Order: sequence, then structure tokens, then C-alpha cells
Amino acid sequence: MKILVPIKRVVDFNVKIHVKSDGSGIDLANVKMSINPFDEIAVEEAIRLKESGKASEIIIVTIGPEKAQEQIRSAMAMGADRGILVKTDAPIDLGGVEPLAVAKTLKALVEKEKPDLVIMGKQSIDDDSSQTGQMLAALLGWAQGTFASKLEINDGKIHVTREIDGGLETLELASPAIITTDLRLNEPRYAKLPDIMKAKKKQLDVIESSELGVDYTPRLEIITVNEPPVRKGGIKVDNVDALIDKLKNEAKVI
Amino acid sequence: MSILILAEHDNKTIKSATLNTIGAASQIGGDIHVLVAGANCDAVAQEAAQIAGVTKVIKADAASLEHPIAENIAPILVDLASNYSHILAPATTFGKNILPRAAALLDTQQISDIIAVESADTFKRPVYAGNAIATVKSSDAIKLITVRGTTFDAAATSGGSASVEDYSAPETTGLTTFVKAELSVSERPELTAAKIVVSGGRGVGSEENFAIIEKLADKLGAAIGASRAAVDAGYVPNDYQVGQTGKIVAPDLYIAIGISGAIQHLAGMKGSKTIVAINKDEDAPIFAIADYGLVADLFDAVPELTDKL
Ligand SMILES: Cc1cc2nc3c(=O)[nH]c(=O)nc-3n(C[C@H](O)[C@H](O)[C@H](O)COP(=O)(O)OP(=O)(O)OC[C@H]3O[C@@H](n4cnc5c(N)ncnc54)[C@H](O)[C@@H]3O)c2cc1C
Repeated sequence: MKILVPIKRVVDFNVKIHVKSDGSGIDLANVKMSINPFDEIAVEEAIRLKESGKASEIIIVTIGPEKAQEQIRSAMAMGADRGILVKTDAPIDLGGVEPLAVAKTLKALVEKEKPDLVIMGKQSIDDDSSQTGQMLAALLGWAQGTFASKLEINDGKIHVTREIDGGLETLELASPAIITTDLRLNEPRYAKLPDIMKAKKKQLDVIESSELGVDYTPRLEIITVNEPPVRKGGIKVDNVDALIDKLKNEAKVI
Repeated sequence: MSILILAEHDNKTIKSATLNTIGAASQIGGDIHVLVAGANCDAVAQEAAQIAGVTKVIKADAASLEHPIAENIAPILVDLASNYSHILAPATTFGKNILPRAAALLDTQQISDIIAVESADTFKRPVYAGNAIATVKSSDAIKLITVRGTTFDAAATSGGSASVEDYSAPETTGLTTFVKAELSVSERPELTAAKIVVSGGRGVGSEENFAIIEKLADKLGAAIGASRAAVDAGYVPNDYQVGQTGKIVAPDLYIAIGISGAIQHLAGMKGSKTIVAINKDEDAPIFAIADYGLVADLFDAVPELTDKL
């Protein structure tokens, strides 16, 4: 079984971001970038399937700037076999390459690489859209198992347990399928130094986004990006009695 | 202009997030129709027909639609789409799962999780865990949108008298079959609609200790929430998670207990009217946004609070 794992280069989840003063977007200069955390979970899941003998090859793909090769190398250091960068100079967080265009790009690569399974993050922590996996499944006419917290593949049958608002739901999917990962699917490993060295020698192909025949013209125009209203901190109370008094008489919420 | 709402329901009753989605639609303006896709869902269709502002209910009633499987519902939206300027769904796991599938089939770039309507084609949505708000204008002919329930008023459940029209659903794709659901059952109010939410974090320490949180919640008639750390550690089920990648809540009162206040958690609760934090670390970031902070050991303070209320 061949697995394709799309990943995204995003601002590291620990970074406190700053909105550009001209309202055009987020200031990404000199900010730590990482693999989107949900995509790291996707990479880990693919590696576990390979380790259990169920998968034969793991291909990482990303759409992004030249530097996104760093994130592909990180995924290869975790254990993926090879990588593909679809290079673009357009922004990939806001006002540039949008989820629909990413899904179309991935569709072109799926048709070329013919994977049996695509595992990807349920959302990227920059634009928070949570669309790409579902869109890719639609464009391919494949089954989708979104927000997965458990994935079982036995005798070609895919069982996916999904985190839904009411609890958990298990579906059986026809193969090939798209899985999108939720936080509880696994805990990604840290790459070891020798594996980081080895990853430098793994195959990484670079394709220009213009080669794939996808229209990248944004459908959504970013009018402005603003800071949210700041929530001011209040006061500290000395004890439980003072807290109850404030809630009853000041906030009037109990 | 006509707007189609994809109703979330359990074949018995409409989920409240649908009402907030209709609230958003009424800000856009135009006729509001509701699609109820389910099995033996006539009661839901009748309920939808009573909602203020709804002029037509389209009922797709088929055994294959008993569970909201995206592969089966998206084609219905695609089939109906040409009659509409907008298609809206709640930004719940239900809407997030189905709507992008329809959007791609319609070659439309969906707008996720809107928090404000500026005009019929321009909307505000949070990005970067709510640390920035983007105002976006769509150039697509049909706009597909998911709606953050907490920022729109719910439509009234009575006052409407819509017609109910039957729609015969196409054959299912057979790509996906439902196996089972393990749903949390609780007498407590629903987390995203509750007036008071009591949430526990890693500081609570264990599943057993969560009883402290439950007792306080029951005293207040509150829903229970949790941080990711508490869910990951198995103290509570996944559907309790509040945050960027969990549920968004905005109750009148949010009490964060043993929660440090990571940005991913704040993204899910900072719209609450009054925030209380109980944490033994006086430098915990949660205090920076709490209206009332109590620096204390939760194992002393929470039972005392429960007793004295
Ligand atoms: C991709 C991604 C998505 C995420 N999504 C979410 C999300 O949706 N929701 C979410 O919550 N998190 C999310 N997180 C995780 C988030 O970054 C934090 O790790 C998490 O919120 C921390 O949970 P916590 O505050 O319970 O734990 P900690 O940060 O460990 O805080 C525990 C707190 O308890 C206090 N404490 C300990 N003992 C006591 C005591 N006896 N009495 C009083 N106080 C005590 C401590 O002082 C501390 O402040 C996400 C992270 C990533 C990477």
C-alpha cells in the first residue's frame, strides 16, 4: 500500500503571531516555521502503517515556498520515503493558494502517484479552514474519514473512528480513501539525529506549481486582517467568598 | 437572493447550531430554505417549518440518510445549488465534514467559520487561532459558508409557517457505511449552548478527581468542558474539548480550573461574557484574560465554592 501524506509549512504553534500594521496579513518574517501539527500526526500514522507491514511507501507532498523543503526533510527524518515540493511564491496562509486550489493540486499528484490512501491534517493552524481533505475526497470521488482518532486497516477494509461533537463515530470506507487526522490519533515521534542525516539523502522532487495546470487565482479577496478586540484582564480576588460576591453582585451571572 | 441552510439534527430534533446559522442567514437577507436530510425525519422537517424566517423546508427522507455521511449528503446540496446564492451550514463537526465536499464539487472556495456578515459577499472569520480576524470577499457565484454559532443570535423556534417539500434523494455512493456511534449521554446542558461552563484542565490530575468539577457544574446547572491536556490524559471524553480545534463556547460564565490558558484553549472560550480562573500559579496566562482570578489550590477552592453556592 502506497500512502500520500500532504503536509503544510505553518507558523509554529508556540509562536505569538503579529498582524501587519497595514492590515494585509500576518508578519511571517523571522518567525519559526514547522510542520502543521495535525500533518505531523498524519506522517506518524503513515509510518506506523509502514512499520506494521501494511504500507510500502510514504510520499510527502507540500505546496509552498522553496523553504518548505525543510518541512519535507523533517517528515522524511521521521520515516517517510520521499518528498515532492510543488513550488509557489504565492502566500499559502491567507490571500494566496486556497484550500480548493490545494485540493486540485493534490488531485493532480494523486493521479500521477496512484496512492491507496491519503492521510492529512484535519485543519492547518494558520487559516483554520478545515476543508482540504474533504475537497480532495470530493474531486477524486473517494470516501472520506475526517477528524480521525483511530484508523484500522485489515484485509483492505478501512475502519475510521471520528471525533464528532456528540462523541465518537466509526465508519467503514471503501478504498482508496482520504483520512484527516485529529489530535488523539497518535503522538508523533521525534526524529533521531542519524535519521535527520539520512533524510538529507532521500529523494525530494521539486515541481513548479505552473506545471500542474491548476488555476491558482484566489476566489477570496482579503479585504483586511485585523487584531481581534483585546480582552482586558480583570482582578484577582482573595478568596472564595470574594469570588462569590463578585459573581453575584458585580457580574450578576449566578 | 435565496439561502439554503443545511440543518443539523438527529432525526428527532434540530440541533441548536442550526438556529444560529439561520440567524446568520437572516443578516445576509433573502428567502431562507432549510434542507432536512435524514431518515424518518418528518418531525424535524415540521420543526424546521416553524422556525421564524424560514419559507421552505426541503425534506430528503431516505434510509440511506439516517447518518449524516458526507458522501451521501453533498450530492443533494450540489443538485439543489443552482437555486441559491448562498448555502450555509453550522461550523460543527457535522457542517465541517459535509460542506467542503459540496464546495469542491461546485468548484467553490468555501468560507469557513464566519463570525460576522459585512454584506452578501463579504464576511469576517477568525484565523490563526483567533489571533487575527480576516475580512474576506468572495467572487464565487454561489457562496458556501460555515457559521460559528456563538456569534449569531438563534432564530426563534416559532413564528414560521414554511411549506415542506419532498425531495427524493439519489442512490447512495456506497463509498462509506456507518458502523457505530459512541455518543456521550449527559443530563447537563449542551456545551456550546450552555449559559455556564465549568472546565477542567491538566491540573485536575485524574479522571476520578474530575468529580470535583462535576459537582460544581451540577450546583450551577452548567455544562462541563476541558482543555486538550485533560482530554488527552483521558480524564474526560473528546467531545468536552474547548479550543481552536475543539468546541467554541461563549457562555455568560466560564470557569477555568487548573487550565494554564494556552492560545489554543483561549481561542475556544475568550468570547465568554465573564471568565473566572482558578489556578495555583499566579503567573498562569489564563489570568491575563480572566475577569476574576483566584490563586488557589483547586482541591481546596473548588469544593469550598461548591459548598458555599
Ligand atoms: C495543533 C494543536 C491544537 C490544540 N488545540 C487545543 C484545543 O482545542 N484546546 C485546548 O485546550 N488545547 C489545545 N491545544 C493544546 C494547548 O497548546 C495546551 O497544551 C493545553 O491547552 C494545555 O492544557 P492545560 O491548560 O490543561 O494544561 P497545562 O498547560 O499543563 O496547565 C495546567 C495548569 O493547571 C495548574 N494546576 C496544576 N495543579 C493545580 C492545582 N492543584 N490547583 C490549581 N491549579 C493547578 C497549573 O498551574 C497549570 O497552569 C492544542 C495544541 C496544538 C499543538
